[in-house]
Amino acid sequence: MSDCASRPETDRELQRRIVVALQEGLPRCHRPYLQVAAELGISEETLLDTLGRMQASGAVRRIGVVPNHYALGYSHNLMVVWDVDEEQLAALGTTVGQLDFVSHCYRRPRRPGWPYNLFTMVHGRSEAEVQRQVDAISDSLGDALRGHTALRSTRILKKTGLRLRQQES
Amino acid sequence: MCSAAARPRGARLRGALRQETLSLSAFDRLLINALQSDFPLSARPFDELAVRLDCPAEQIINGIDSLLARGVITRFGPLFNIELLGGAFSLCALEVPTERFEEVTDLVNAYPQVAHNYAREHRFNMWFVLATETDQELEDVFAEIIERSGCPGLNLPKEEEFYVGLRLEA
Repeated sequence: MSDCASRPETDRELQRRIVVALQEGLPRCHRPYLQVAAELGISEETLLDTLGRMQASGAVRRIGVVPNHYALGYSHNLMVVWDVDEEQLAALGTTVGQLDFVSHCYRRPRRPGWPYNLFTMVHGRSEAEVQRQVDAISDSLGDALRGHTALRSTRILKKTGLRLRQQES
Repeated sequence: MCSAAARPRGARLRGALRQETLSLSAFDRLLINALQSDFPLSARPFDELAVRLDCPAEQIINGIDSLLARGVITRFGPLFNIELLGGAFSLCALEVPTERFEEVTDLVNAYPQVAHNYAREHRFNMWFVLATETDQELEDVFAEIIERSGCPGLNLPKEEEFYVGLRLEA
């Protein structure tokens, strides 16, 4: 960043600076993008254009508010991991990800003593609702399902989120 | 222009999981449901929203401030997929003996590369995300945590993302 006098900033560097500047969110004022652009020393137009391209590439997933699940009554959040037939996983992962109560759906590697290759996070307002969601995923996986287990969280030990650190030049 | 100091940080959940449901006004619910995506990317986004929601821009701005201050929302702004901007990430787990849980928590949490960490009911009872600059740094930090803690562990990098996102109805 501090060597910007010696060479032009790359697009990747600009994007990273934008992420760092917006890690605490957007300011609430009539011209929020103008204010952030001024802090970054770029024009509002450049900021809007870059964020638009990041949205198109998927680097910006969405712009808006993130509700606190608990405040909205979604007090039952459960990580469930599944042992799914490898050959059918690509198609079934997509199917499970489309269920509207599933917030995260990933393929991860199996390990010795760890047979689970599909990870899901589900969210409901009651124990019974979450149980119905787990049953619905089981049904979707059908014959490809060999086993699953729930990993109920009991405590948040640390929560800083994924953050970019200021880059050293 | 509002000052940077006027940006309260989103409420952070720490320690025990917060369970209470907060009471919300009809306007709170309108904002939460309308603003989980599609906040305008334009010079005067609140004026655009004012037309869409048929209420003054000032009321929307104050409403979002209030939701943040009460902890009903934890963030307002773009949600980044920073994995696309470089770096390495993995979900890791440890099997920690109950009597050593606090000690190992301190050991793991002290790493700045640990983004979040949850206690879970399972033989693998500690689950955390490692975020590093490079794949090599990730391997090194994971190996060091295993060695220093003496606990069996899992390093489970994401191999395919089928879906990320959630819309919660308020």
